[in-house]
Amino acid sequence: MTLLVLAVIVLFVIAASRVMSIYNLSADLRGGRKDDVITEAEGRNQAALWVLFLMAFLGFCAWQFFKYKDKLLPEAASAHGPEIDNLFNVTTAVIAFVFVLTHIIMVYQIYKNVSVKGRRAVYFAHSNKLEMIWTIIPAIVLSGLIAYGLTVWSDVIYPGSKDAMVVELYSKQFDWTARYAGKDNVLGKSDFRKIGEGNDLGLISDSKADDDIIVKGEFHLVLGKPVLFKFRSRDVIHSAFMPHFRAQMNCVPGMETTFEFTPTITTKEMRGKLKNDKFNYILLCNKVCGASHFNMQMDIIVDTQEEYNKWIAEQQTWMQKQAVTAQTKSTDSSTAKDSVVVENKITAQVVMPKSSH
Amino acid sequence: MLEMDHTQNVEHATQDVAHVEHGHAHHDHDDHEHHDTFISKYIFSQDHKMIAKQFLITAVFMGVLAMLMSLVFRLQLAWPGRSFPFLEPILGKWAPGGILDPNFYLALVTIHGTIMVFFVLTGGLSGTFSNLLIPLQIGARDMASGFLNMLSFWFFFSSVSVMMFSLVIESGPASGGWTVYPPLSALPQAMPGSGLGMTLWLVSMSLFVVSSLLGSLNYIVTVINLRTKGMSMTRLPLTIWAFLVTAILGVLSFPVLFAAVLLLIFDRSFGTSFYLSDIYIGGQALEYNGGSPILYEHLFWFLGHPEVYIVLLPALGITSEVIATNSRKPIFGYRAMIASILGIAFLSFVVWGHHMFITGMNPFLGSVFVFTTLLVAIPSAVKAFNYITTLWKGDLKFTPAMLFAIGLVSFFITGGVTGIILGDSALDINVHDTYFVVAHFHLVMGSAAIFGMLAGVYHWFPRMFGKMMNKKLGYAHFWITFVGAYGVFFPMHFLGLAGVPRRYYTFTEFPIFDDLVDINVMVTWFAILSASGQIIFLFNFFYSIFKGQKAPQNPWKSNTLEWTAPVEHIHGNWPGAIPEVHRWAYDYSKPDRTEDFVPQNEPMTEKEIAEGAH
Repeated sequence: MTLLVLAVIVLFVIAASRVMSIYNLSADLRGGRKDDVITEAEGRNQAALWVLFLMAFLGFCAWQFFKYKDKLLPEAASAHGPEIDNLFNVTTAVIAFVFVLTHIIMVYQIYKNVSVKGRRAVYFAHSNKLEMIWTIIPAIVLSGLIAYGLTVWSDVIYPGSKDAMVVELYSKQFDWTARYAGKDNVLGKSDFRKIGEGNDLGLISDSKADDDIIVKGEFHLVLGKPVLFKFRSRDVIHSAFMPHFRAQMNCVPGMETTFEFTPTITTKEMRGKLKNDKFNYILLCNKVCGASHFNMQMDIIVDTQEEYNKWIAEQQTWMQKQAVTAQTKSTDSSTAKDSVVVENKITAQVVMPKSSH
Repeated sequence: MLEMDHTQNVEHATQDVAHVEHGHAHHDHDDHEHHDTFISKYIFSQDHKMIAKQFLITAVFMGVLAMLMSLVFRLQLAWPGRSFPFLEPILGKWAPGGILDPNFYLALVTIHGTIMVFFVLTGGLSGTFSNLLIPLQIGARDMASGFLNMLSFWFFFSSVSVMMFSLVIESGPASGGWTVYPPLSALPQAMPGSGLGMTLWLVSMSLFVVSSLLGSLNYIVTVINLRTKGMSMTRLPLTIWAFLVTAILGVLSFPVLFAAVLLLIFDRSFGTSFYLSDIYIGGQALEYNGGSPILYEHLFWFLGHPEVYIVLLPALGITSEVIATNSRKPIFGYRAMIASILGIAFLSFVVWGHHMFITGMNPFLGSVFVFTTLLVAIPSAVKAFNYITTLWKGDLKFTPAMLFAIGLVSFFITGGVTGIILGDSALDINVHDTYFVVAHFHLVMGSAAIFGMLAGVYHWFPRMFGKMMNKKLGYAHFWITFVGAYGVFFPMHFLGLAGVPRRYYTFTEFPIFDDLVDINVMVTWFAILSASGQIIFLFNFFYSIFKGQKAPQNPWKSNTLEWTAPVEHIHGNWPGAIPEVHRWAYDYSKPDRTEDFVPQNEPMTEKEIAEGAH
């Protein structure tokens, strides 16, 4: 089979070379090959192709843009989201204008200045005035964008709210865990050396950690209540990306990173808006972290305060969970030893995706 | 005197390296007999023209390989989970049943990036054109050191070989992305590619840094010391300015990559903790303590960002030359072009943090990097406008090289403007590491630099091989590649804005991305189209080396010195005396002249001197 393929390729190359030689021979008979000279007709054809290309290209861009308009930066569901989106829209308007204008000018020059017999270029080497213009105008526009951008950045990064709810997002290959501070509203301390059976996050057992609430699969936020995320990672760098909330921060082993935002649209409301009752906000990993990087996710549910209170009341604290684990342990004394093996398996495991046909 | 010594050195260097220091005088090059063996002429050659060809051919092979890799992962992205039976015989256990393995998917994107950035666009682009053009355009017999130049190629080749070897080992090649961030790249427990494959990646990169430094130092010394009489810095063609500044960037930034790589090797093999701390993996807590992955990111991007310009500046230099020649006009704003090259080069060292806005780096530091990053747009805008103005009222000859050069300007604009979004930290929050980034850099540094390289190949093919490439095949190659590249990379902006992350094996796990599947299918079809266009190029390239039309002395009627050297290559480039330079490189369509070009070695007329021409 491989030989056959190789044979076909070799034959194809030989055939192409023969055809080419015949073509060259006929060109030689007609007075020699002229690969160094571009004829007037060729020049005009190329210029016409540029015009055609530009129209098709701009049409393609516009078509794609309108086709996917609703998908691009889907409606922001956080307080700072619209601010970022405005900055994005202003910047995009500026760059789209520059992109279209320069392309039109360039292709117009191509079309207009094709070499024809007797044509001679104008000796125009520089013009301080023109060069000043296109140094100063971009400088002014960019100063504006820098100033605007930095204002938004400082609003997003230093929100300065005092009553923020603290949630820890803990990442490892290949899943997320969320931890709530519990009754005392303080996250308990942790140490990676304490990680083990029943203590996935390496918490240090004391009064502050014991009432913490640990959840997987999905976590809940409260409408209109600022939430301060603290990110940690157990193994490699991950990135907590919550596209609907215009929020992203890397999770770096050995250090804690933070990001704060305020949800403004509940999951229920968003489902109504999108007319899709299966819609969920998501947290996904956006820094390559290994084989199952593509499927490291967690659902985010934005509740009203009442809904949230109900949900959080149903969750067990870490202490309560430990009690359950201890019970299981006493019935099966070999669990501790096994857990290491299981852990190994999970790390090496590759979750195969659903195939879509 | 310097030139004379140099002449002798080149003569003898090819025969006996030991003679270099005390060469005898040989003024008559025509009568001089060379005793080249096959090995000294084609393999361990110290002639810059042969070394340029070695770099080019290696880069072409690597480029084809990296492109084929991208086709394999594009198939998976467009039709996730579908079996492509032809993959199994090629990839073996990495594509069981013809379905790509997720680990190998990551290996492919990693090696695709590594090959393209380092081997094709750094080694291939600078290696080919700096080597070919620096001595020929400044009027030198060869590089300052032919021997170091030869070593530079062979270090490059060893680097490539080690990387190729890593493709066929049991645990697979490095697969943590081309930036190889630790801890992922430091811990074999984290992924199979972080085992031996990663070690080989690091060895390969170290060799590459050596190659790059030997090359760059040589380029710098040659440009500064070996210019022919009359070739002042402000008469240099812009290609040489671009190569010079690129080499300086390389000398200043590659050692930092080496430091980053070395510390990573230490962490991996000798138990240090430069980048690692508080890690629990594979069921155990590791001993590492006190290191920070952020340190690696700083070191890596301190190279990584100048690297973007190491890739792009030579392409822009080539474009300046090709556009001016084929517009039959002086490049517009020659001094502004030099100033913008220098401006871009300076700024490239103070913007690396824009890759790290959301890594946990201090947000205030982020603000500083926003400021410096957006400033890069100013010299870049100057360059783009100057190219367009060069076309204005020109007499445009659409050679294939000219088309690729204009294509570069188009990519440079399209890809460049989105940098204003990515460089703005607030906007970066939502597009960081998404397909928006993939679109941006594939246009502005990937496609643009490749087009610069292809423009260079078409333009200087006659100088390299003494033959012409077929122009009609060149046209077909250009249009297929141009349309294909936009078709592949433009729609990726939309994926990125919808929040689609890069380096995902498949998007089927996320219902919110379901509506975007058809973009991926379309992109893959465009990728297949562009790849098929490269078959035309490969055929044209290799066929023309042997059977192309014999090249005239100065096929594009260009001003620069390389076209005064004989078509058949000789050692020392010019049979007689080295040409003297009397004017800048851009006297195209000068008034009062019948011809529309005035070569640099043509003396000034009295009228010109009276007018104060330079």
